[in-house]
Amino acid sequence: MRDVAILSFAQTPYKRRESERTEVQMVLSVVTDAVEKSGLPKSDIGFTCSGSSDYLAGQSFAFVGAIDGLGAWPPIAESHVEMDGAWALYEAWIKIQTGMCNTALAFSFGRASMGSLPETLNMQLDPYTLGPLGIDSISMAALQARAWLDQDNHTERQMAEVAVRSRKNALNNPDAQLKGDFEVEKLLSEPYLIEPLHKHDCPPITDGANAVVIAAADAVPSGANPVWIRGIDHRIEPHQPGFRDLTQSPSTKLAGEKAGATRLDIAELHAPFTHQELILRDALGLDDDVRINPSGGALAANPMMVAGLTRMGEACREIWAGRAKRALAHATSGHCLQQNLVCVLEGD
Amino acid sequence: MSDAPRYSAEHVLRYDYRRSLGPVLARFFTELRDQKILGTQAPDGRVFVPPVEYDPETGEALDELIEVGPAGTVTSWAWVHEPRAQHPFDRPFAWALIQLDGATTSLVHAVDADGPEAMKTGMRVKPRWSAERIGQIRDIECFEPEGA
Repeated sequence: MRDVAILSFAQTPYKRRESERTEVQMVLSVVTDAVEKSGLPKSDIGFTCSGSSDYLAGQSFAFVGAIDGLGAWPPIAESHVEMDGAWALYEAWIKIQTGMCNTALAFSFGRASMGSLPETLNMQLDPYTLGPLGIDSISMAALQARAWLDQDNHTERQMAEVAVRSRKNALNNPDAQLKGDFEVEKLLSEPYLIEPLHKHDCPPITDGANAVVIAAADAVPSGANPVWIRGIDHRIEPHQPGFRDLTQSPSTKLAGEKAGATRLDIAELHAPFTHQELILRDALGLDDDVRINPSGGALAANPMMVAGLTRMGEACREIWAGRAKRALAHATSGHCLQQNLVCVLEGD
Repeated sequence: MSDAPRYSAEHVLRYDYRRSLGPVLARFFTELRDQKILGTQAPDGRVFVPPVEYDPETGEALDELIEVGPAGTVTSWAWVHEPRAQHPFDRPFAWALIQLDGATTSLVHAVDADGPEAMKTGMRVKPRWSAERIGQIRDIECFEPEGA
């Protein structure tokens, strides 16, 4: 295995609606920023991979348009995943492992404000047995939340506490979208969105983009402050939600074991819904002394296709700021935590 | 330039293709039209509904289809207070995971019940069939509480 490090991270401020800039302009700003901070000349980037979903733009091959924000002349080696940017980083990491390149750029973007996100996410479901029912992403998460509440005397209060802590943490994050001091009692007294989920249990709808530059050990430029990828692994579970125990996340557990998720100071968990954070903490066996989502997590900003890679970037920011030495970053994909990626990061 | 003739052509954006459902889902939907629900039985006794061609855990090819249900038990549910345009009802209803009798997995579908207080994990439900069935998942209009 080649040692690989994250050299830099950049993101747009996350907001409900990015009305000033196109996707290309958002990509241009984060790519330029990340490359500049990496200390590598742009011409030295050996491979580029992006993560996005054409369903958000409502146009096939919409991701190709984003290349304009990259600058692809002279020609570059480039790839795309119809997944969160965390998986774009995974592909870039693999590419470095194969020896085909020594440095790479991974970026992602999503502008969910252009459509009705809960309904757009119906398109990720099996088109025969699930999609035609018209079930949306919040309803799907609500089925998981109920299953979780039915177990071990779990309560809606525990879920609300996750929302309160996340949005309080986000007060320290200039890029977060939804932040503030909320009271559990008050939140619980509000009506259900889709029972048993309240609005506070759900993520905001977010536009945004981000980018990271990674390099193999022998390509880390002098003066860089590398954050090392000590382990990275992703696993998937059956698509049908009724084929799995929704109260557990065995794919996260396995990915965590493979990535060596121990001795952690912080964990950035990609949990768009409050109960999902509690399921993930359990799957990863995180003790109370591991700080969870100092950035506020996906409950404070949930740019589709971006929020997973953001967890890696936010974990790096904690390490660069000297507030953590060793961190876990998690990304999820699909409905009800179907697919999960775990990455363990460590300062130099 | 302003005197130049204008040309126009109609453009219809559409994907005209037909897709085979394959041997398992094709049978599932054909039987659904006749008000029968099929599941796939694995050699160790697990029964998957909707049916599958391959074991989701081992990847082993499976080909034994058996009839299940039609009634079942709710294993989880969610109450929709304000339906969206794509939802199957324009009045409040429940989504549910339903373990049909004889199945070891649960199926997602809608339940037409009076209110959230009428819903409970463990409750019994039965299908309400659509009057016109064409071989698709909504041939089951919804489930409803047994005894309703």
